[in-house]
Amino acid sequence: MRTNPKALTGLVALGFFALMAVVGPWLAPFDPSERSSALLQPPSAEHWFGTTHLGQDIFSQVLAGTRSVVLVGAIAGVVATVLSVLVGVTAGYLSGSAGEGLSALSNVFLVIPALPLIVIITSSLPETSNLTIALVIGLTSWAWNARVLRAQTLSLRRRDYVEAARANGESAWRIILFEIMPNLTAVIASGFVGTVLFAVVSEITLAFIGVSDAGGWNWGTVLYWAQSQQALAQGAWWWFVPAGLAIALLGTALSLVNFGIDEYVNPRLRNRFSMPGVRMRVGFTPVLPQDPKLAQKLETS
Amino acid sequence: MSYLLKRFGFYLLTAWAAVTINFFVPRMIPGDPVQALITKQRGQMTSESVRSLYVLFGLDKDESLASQYFSYLGQLLRGDLGLSFTFFPTPVAEVIGDGLPWTVGLVGITTVIGFLLGTAAGAVVGWRRGTWADSLIPVTTFVSSIPYFWLGLVAIALLTGPGSFFPASGAYAIGLVPNWDWQFIGSTVQHALLPAFTILVSSVSGWILSMRNMMVTVSSDDYVTVAHAKGLPERRVMLAYAARNALLPNVSGFALALGFIVGGTLLVEIVFSYPGLGLQLFQAVGAKDYPLLQGIFLIITLSVLLANLLADVAYLALDPRTRREG
Repeated sequence: MRTNPKALTGLVALGFFALMAVVGPWLAPFDPSERSSALLQPPSAEHWFGTTHLGQDIFSQVLAGTRSVVLVGAIAGVVATVLSVLVGVTAGYLSGSAGEGLSALSNVFLVIPALPLIVIITSSLPETSNLTIALVIGLTSWAWNARVLRAQTLSLRRRDYVEAARANGESAWRIILFEIMPNLTAVIASGFVGTVLFAVVSEITLAFIGVSDAGGWNWGTVLYWAQSQQALAQGAWWWFVPAGLAIALLGTALSLVNFGIDEYVNPRLRNRFSMPGVRMRVGFTPVLPQDPKLAQKLETS
Repeated sequence: MSYLLKRFGFYLLTAWAAVTINFFVPRMIPGDPVQALITKQRGQMTSESVRSLYVLFGLDKDESLASQYFSYLGQLLRGDLGLSFTFFPTPVAEVIGDGLPWTVGLVGITTVIGFLLGTAAGAVVGWRRGTWADSLIPVTTFVSSIPYFWLGLVAIALLTGPGSFFPASGAYAIGLVPNWDWQFIGSTVQHALLPAFTILVSSVSGWILSMRNMMVTVSSDDYVTVAHAKGLPERRVMLAYAARNALLPNVSGFALALGFIVGGTLLVEIVFSYPGLGLQLFQAVGAKDYPLLQGIFLIITLSVLLANLLADVAYLALDPRTRREG
């Protein structure tokens, strides 16, 4: 992992967002909801990202909103990952109708469109807070990982070392926890990162259509106000560009971490051996001349 | 044939699960939304429509849960989805009927085109790994992390405005009446171009990535090496050997990802004020129009199931192994 620049870049960026989630609300130069007389101002030294139609400071809104985004992403990610491990590994390890039933359950949740489902549940709830939104997203988005984990467990279940453990009389729990789970770590980690990305985009989307934590800020709420106040028609590009870029950067950071995990699990995806001038043909081992003179001769020929 | 039957059974199960979720979710709504509507409409509702809404919300306290459930199922089978609050007194089924053709036209066509384009590009990028094509990957990663709706906002800001060819909102020019003449079709296409382009840009990148990874994995398999060793032309090895096999997981991935994609594309409709289901969903959330919300959820789920069935048929045609009996 240390030698993988993609994963390292992603982790550094994630660390930055996590830091902002903690200190962002204190760093914000203004109260994000406070109105002022500077209405719809473009970016300036005082208001880095400009102001809204009520004179609110957009830089403060984006900073203060990071906390809600990171919090919902993390909680939903943990809830969905725990559920997917429970359902996926059990479905893979159990044979017969119990395993089939759990597998059908995760397929059902996979096929039902998640976003409309999250929208009808959250808008029917008596109250919406960051916690309830995170829980709804977590409880509805575990199916993909469960499916991946089930497939992986199915292939591990009949391996020799698992058979050996079974022959030794180890209990099913011990086999699952100590023989199978350690080999699923990378899959679980990559599933967690993917779910966090999905949860973040879902929360922002929900806020954009008007379902969000009452009184709180997140990047989607900023975009919601930009859209409902016709920021585009008024040429106020600064109103929606920073929040959108923040989403894209966080999303890219998460994807980079996931690429790192993918390449760690599947060495075929690694690019480390590619060199300029050498066209890698997969399936063939490129033989490189060691002698620099010979190499030069080959290149000029 | 047994493969398709099995899939069909699974979709029936999923449809039943969606209906059941739809039955239980409204029970969490605080207060009595129907009573609030009756007060607002001051007695303009017939007792029949009040009754239908009570069944929909499960507010019939005299009945047991089971009999409530069955009267709800019966109501659905008659195509009665209740009355919309926002477009009162239009039935939900009629409101959705107005929006559905626009959504199917825009989202359906662009999703399929996006899949085909992305898969083709991914096959090429995966085959030519280690060359300039690899530099496409960071770009597509960045683009695929951008929410669809934000890309739409940027497109509106950059490409529309006074004097621009692209209209910023709507599905056809104001003043035109929907019919099949050229003026109307032209206007429809003109209005659909920008939303379609937005969906294409954000959905293509995901397909490029997954197809590229499958190509990389497949192209080191033995049968590809054998094809090379036989001296077959490069093009033929790439298309008929590697891509043909890499395509299969991408097709099943298409079916599974459809639910996610449809959710994202509905938001593009909101941004462009395109009169499909997405915009109706937005209006329903704002107005707390629960019957319309439930109806839209049900229709979207059923459409996704139907699309999945079609993808299964395509898979069956592509992979001879699934056609083997037994």
